[in-house]
Amino acid sequence: MVAAVAERVAAGPSANALLNVQNVSVRFGGIVALNGVSFDVPRGAILGLIGPNGAGKTTLFNCFSRLYIPNSGDILFEGRSILREPRHAIPRLGIGRTFQNAALFDGLSVRDNIKVGCHASTGNGFLTNALRLPARHTEEERIGKRADEMTAVLDLGSYAQRPAGGLPFPIKKRVEIARALAGAPKLLLLDEPAAGLNHEEVDALRAQIRRIRDAQNVTVLLVEHHMSLVMSVCDKVVAIDFGKKIAEGTPAEVQKNPDVIRAYLGTGA
Amino acid sequence: MADTVASRNGTPAASAAGFVWGYRYGLLLVVLPLLLIAGGKAGFVSNFQFLQLSLMIVYAIAVLGLNLLTGFNGQISLGHGAFFAAGAYTAAILIDQHNWPLWATLPMAALVCFFAGYLFGLPALRLEGHYLALATFALAVAVPQILKYRHLEPITKGVMGINVFKSDPPFGLPLSTDQWMFLVVLAVAAFMFWIARNLLDSRTGRALIAIRDHSMAASTMGINVAHYKAVVFGISALYTGLAGALHGVIFEFVSPDSFRFELSIAILVGAVVGGIASLPGAVIGGVFVQVIEKYADALTKQISAAVQLPLELDPWLIYGIVLIALMYAMPTGIVGGMAVLWRRLKAMRGL
Repeated sequence: MVAAVAERVAAGPSANALLNVQNVSVRFGGIVALNGVSFDVPRGAILGLIGPNGAGKTTLFNCFSRLYIPNSGDILFEGRSILREPRHAIPRLGIGRTFQNAALFDGLSVRDNIKVGCHASTGNGFLTNALRLPARHTEEERIGKRADEMTAVLDLGSYAQRPAGGLPFPIKKRVEIARALAGAPKLLLLDEPAAGLNHEEVDALRAQIRRIRDAQNVTVLLVEHHMSLVMSVCDKVVAIDFGKKIAEGTPAEVQKNPDVIRAYLGTGA
Repeated sequence: MADTVASRNGTPAASAAGFVWGYRYGLLLVVLPLLLIAGGKAGFVSNFQFLQLSLMIVYAIAVLGLNLLTGFNGQISLGHGAFFAAGAYTAAILIDQHNWPLWATLPMAALVCFFAGYLFGLPALRLEGHYLALATFALAVAVPQILKYRHLEPITKGVMGINVFKSDPPFGLPLSTDQWMFLVVLAVAAFMFWIARNLLDSRTGRALIAIRDHSMAASTMGINVAHYKAVVFGISALYTGLAGALHGVIFEFVSPDSFRFELSIAILVGAVVGGIASLPGAVIGGVFVQVIEKYADALTKQISAAVQLPLELDPWLIYGIVLIALMYAMPTGIVGGMAVLWRRLKAMRGL
């Protein structure tokens, strides 16, 4: 698996990429948040998107889930542009995401939060549910099973019935990953999963991301500040600064790139 | 504090899953009204008291409708009296001018109000918080005036209102009209609460709460936020409109001034006092609306006569005091307050 991924990563831009980012630019008024960013996310890879604060990483993420529409450029998922799709159709295509500040549904239990993650892959409407038609039972059973699976994958068993609102932040972040995975996405977008985690928790997260990629068969794209996590878990890294891509390659290559060093440490002039 | 916040956040989930309508509740729903009817036959419960009970249940249905919208979906409405009026007038017009039987008017009133609510909900999608409150308030203020409108008078009968005749109990049942209507209202309420509970305890209900708690995250989970918000506006109006239809029938009269904007506020107060995201809270809220409307005025007069206060008390003084005291003692509504009390009692016994 890993070898195959490495091969694909080495092959560079290809039709086999799950996600093609093509020349994407986003402007807010006079501010250019993203300026012609292009890269591919190979199927099965764990790709890290790095860059200093305000570089445009989250802006790009928000384009993937259609919260923003790029002013120019295109984003292809499995060869199809996602820009014409309404926002709520994105998870059905196979893109799931988490948020930087754990956007959980505070009034729902952890288990119900994860169940909401199944929304896109289920279809019962108001009438079926209101009248308890037989289809409701079958679907609820399927959703419940899926939620229990994801609870187990992210070690959330002891929190399942607790309301999400009162949980500690690191647990919330895990619930978010479980919720995103519940919809069985092909591409999982993780927005700073390590933010607010301590040392051991980051180690656990590292193992979890790998295990999720292998067991759940998803491609992972993560925005992250935590360099040691990015360097140890990613197959490929893309660095952006001031809305522009400044480097792309294996973690080792990107780490040595002079532009990346300058972006993070300043010119030292 | 953290505990109260958690428990407050827990109410919707807890009430959706925890409010188990087992056989016990089903049994209760059959035995209790039978006992009451027996009491009525024996002369312990008067027809007037049956009417009072029916009104409480009617308001409970209306409050439940607002609960679905505001408590579970986070859309505020200060104008549900308008849908109450729409339901009442639909029923009254169909019965009075078209001789429809009661069983047919109720679904029709529900349907009319669903579409009215859905259509109002569509433009309301653009409004949030205070702005939605204002738009719905405008609706509540406008509806009585629309009902009085000169060119609609052939249908609405203007300020005169419409007399509705209660239907007699069918099959020659040995019941008074008030007893029969009590049973009808109770059956409708049981069915509507069952529907609400089913909705909340499902994919649909989770989506509604998800939109309330974080609408952006809900949309990235694949929830069509606009669709859900508009449909739940319709459903909410359906509940309140159905309550209005029942009210018109048991009150035997509808007129524009029965549905002034105070009614909208009363429904909102009922929802908040009972417990804003809670099904049992809706029942308590319904009782509160009726009791306070009926007795606050009288009680204020009695008290001022009894203690011979040197100053004149405003008739609604009791209402205000009760409301302030309740919100101070139980900020999450009576159901939330009971839950806190219950936990404290359990903890005390545990010690």
